Amino acid sequence: MEIFIPNKEQAGCGLSGVINRKGELIKGEVIIESICCQMERGNGLGAGYAAYGIYPEFAEYYCLHVMADHKQALKDVEEILAHKCYLVHQERIPTRPTPGIVSPPRFRRYFVKPRYEGELREICEGTLDEDDYMVELVMHINKNVSGAYVISSGRNMGAFKGVGFPDQIANFFRLEEYSAYIWTAHNRFPTNTPGWWGGAHPFTILDWSIVHNGEISSYGTNRRYLEMFGYHCTLLTDTEVVAYLLDLLIRRHRLPIELACMALAPPFWQEIDRMEEPDKSVCTAIRTVYGAAMLNGPFAILFAYNGGLVGLNDRVKLRPLVAAKKGDYYYMASEEAAIRAICPDPEEVWCPKAGEPVIVELEPDTIPNQRSYLRGEALSISAPVCRFPLAAEEEEEEE
Amino acid sequence: MNPQKEESKKASTKTKRKKIQFSKFYPDFFIERDWDKCIKCKICIRECTYEAHGWDSKRETLTEDHAKCVGCHRCEAMCPTGALTIRKNPSDFREHDTWKPWFIKNVYKQADTGGVLLAATGCAVPFRNYWDHLVLDACQVTNPPIDPLREPMELRTYLGPKPDKLEVVLEDDKFHLKTKLGPLIKLEVPIMFAAMSYGAISLHVHQGLARAAKELGTLYNTGEGGLHASLYQYGSNTIVQCASGRFGLHVDYLNAGVAIEIKIGQGAKPGIGGHLPGEKVTEEISKTRMIPVGSDAISPAPHHDIYSIEDLRGLIYALKEATEYKKLVFVKIAAVHNAPAIASGIVRAGADVVVLDGLRGGTGAAPTMFRDYVGIPIELALAAVDERLRQEGIRNQASLVVSGGIRCSADVVKAIALGADAVYIGTPALIAVGCTMCGRCFTGKCPWGIATNNPELIKRLDPETAFEKIYNLVHGWAHEIQELLGAMGLNSIESLRGNRDKLRAVGLNEVELKILGVKHAGE
Repeated sequence: MEIFIPNKEQAGCGLSGVINRKGELIKGEVIIESICCQMERGNGLGAGYAAYGIYPEFAEYYCLHVMADHKQALKDVEEILAHKCYLVHQERIPTRPTPGIVSPPRFRRYFVKPRYEGELREICEGTLDEDDYMVELVMHINKNVSGAYVISSGRNMGAFKGVGFPDQIANFFRLEEYSAYIWTAHNRFPTNTPGWWGGAHPFTILDWSIVHNGEISSYGTNRRYLEMFGYHCTLLTDTEVVAYLLDLLIRRHRLPIELACMALAPPFWQEIDRMEEPDKSVCTAIRTVYGAAMLNGPFAILFAYNGGLVGLNDRVKLRPLVAAKKGDYYYMASEEAAIRAICPDPEEVWCPKAGEPVIVELEPDTIPNQRSYLRGEALSISAPVCRFPLAAEEEEEEE
Repeated sequence: MNPQKEESKKASTKTKRKKIQFSKFYPDFFIERDWDKCIKCKICIRECTYEAHGWDSKRETLTEDHAKCVGCHRCEAMCPTGALTIRKNPSDFREHDTWKPWFIKNVYKQADTGGVLLAATGCAVPFRNYWDHLVLDACQVTNPPIDPLREPMELRTYLGPKPDKLEVVLEDDKFHLKTKLGPLIKLEVPIMFAAMSYGAISLHVHQGLARAAKELGTLYNTGEGGLHASLYQYGSNTIVQCASGRFGLHVDYLNAGVAIEIKIGQGAKPGIGGHLPGEKVTEEISKTRMIPVGSDAISPAPHHDIYSIEDLRGLIYALKEATEYKKLVFVKIAAVHNAPAIASGIVRAGADVVVLDGLRGGTGAAPTMFRDYVGIPIELALAAVDERLRQEGIRNQASLVVSGGIRCSADVVKAIALGADAVYIGTPALIAVGCTMCGRCFTGKCPWGIATNNPELIKRLDPETAFEKIYNLVHGWAHEIQELLGAMGLNSIESLRGNRDKLRAVGLNEVELKILGVKHAGE
């Protein structure tokens, strides 16, 4: 259903994301240019980036980006890691002094694997998989180590974020030195939650990363729902729940990504009542079982995992989101200008409808450990754009 | 249990000595007649079922017996010239903070009769009403409020157990459900009508409730009085009740509705059964309840086949077997001290819906001491039960319905924000059809034709009017709920459920805040 609400859009945060479906690496300057052209959408109280494919030499290891207020916090984290992980490599995340960035926290990255390998691995099998293990570890550190936060924890990816304008944060983290096949970026205009380094976007868990423009009015419901499944929201912001919801729905409950998006921004009952079977019963079941996972309130989000990039609007589209494609490159941003700044002549530009996800996955077998959630795990087809209700013909054309 | 009855018995056996009835000296109400306006039409005499108005044929004038007035205001409403006013009796006892008139008069009553004090409605003691200490949120700037008159605003609610996760398979390019969902009940508005039996209230009110439930897309509850033959047509909007008296209970009855409610207890009188005085058991009632005309219908305190939680499980599954697993089973308990643990046990025993009835839940007849002093407020019980079920990871296995003291749509919104799936309303539905809360339902003389089966009195409220009034009330509430949701930036009720962030408390202490799981205003 199309609901047109003129003049209701609010300037909030700015988003930008880009993916190359063949896995070709994109330089950091590209995303920096795109997000910086949406400077008016932020107020200098937060910016961040997520990059995929930046640690190929440690692609098998989970990379923990840890932000710490003081040395002791890092020590505490290291002690936990020493007990629970194999640590193959650790280093300071390179930064440079940047005008306007005052007393930043410390940043370190750790490349780790869960402790139980080899024989131990067999004993532990069936109890927890590695991802669950890492989620628990991250929750443990965030909840129990004072002054330390794990800001990203995926394989071959990382998040860089802080308090400042996007150009300052990019300069601080020397992002022009990185190349990635997926980039997302965020320019923040904080309202509900304080502007602090941990509160900047993207929010991540494992290799999920979220950048978000909006306010989640259903936060209380979502948070209490996630608590039933062992997630603890510690970062004082509503965006965190999106990351955990995606992890729960897609990775743990193995819902195809289209249905997970439907759970987050479901069709209205009046639409469902008009649907044919089997869509009708699927939608009804999604709404009854995952009602508490619905994100209510205005939002546009970009979320990425190592195999794809997804854009999603709330069910009445109260925040802007534009998508475009050129060749193997797909772009999504709050404003078309942000796309044209880095791709002046896109083949196609469109505004995704309310609640209809734009899902772009890498071509199959592009990278090691590639995750694909389109159509569920059983049948992984990489289709560039998928809209709900499933428009099969449309997809075919675009392939 | 019935003081009037006991009174009359005693009066007939010992007629010799005239007994002083202290309780008659100090009426609760005072009938004030404006003689300038009165035209002596005698409508007041006809309307008053308690014979408070009389005719003195010698003096050719109207008389009042203030002691008989129950404060129902029927005469005042029906007086064609507006000559009548019913006031609180202006006559005062000496002021005393401990010995308030209520206690003094109750002592007189019991000294006169030796009986149990009987009352109706819900708890009348001014314990803290937590609804009145909770305020709601609204959007400003960062988050646009939504206008329900222009945009979809969803109140639809599904009751029943839901799996923790869904499995789907892809066939012919479409997703199909692999997880089988059990029966669920669809409510278009999260407000249902609480159990009020045919017998306690008139058939006309039942017909009105049933029709309103149908038109509103919600459910009404038969209560423990069986189901009148004329109401079987509303089956898809009916919850049938199985209480300890098992009145009117047979397999067709169990299969008549969409759900069966096992009533363990009631907020107005936790720990005791029910009592329909023989005066109210007419021909029709006797057929529906399957008991002799004129006999008291007494429901025992416990179910005599439930002496433990495993017995409850037995009954839940006996009912499910009898209805081929097509009906949901509700289990209703009074909110008592240990409600969270009891509710958890009920969910684990296989109930599909847990109903909590709070301290302020209404009734047609309860011993006053039970009505006023047994049980806990629903707000606290609800918050504690919801939290407990979540901690145990079984909140999805059953829905949570609350009742007892819900007076307006904001109360409904607050209940859902605290964690309820839906609410039951009883008293508001009766007030909607004219009840003035005089609290004399157990006499069977309800002058408004609501809580009576007297064939003359029930004519005072026709089913059509009952339907219209009840429908209007819930329709209005539903719209208010939509407005409140929209103001909070939500367009679907499930995003409010358990969303305690939308509540703030004003003037509660830390213990109360902790139990409610709500922050204080300003935090």
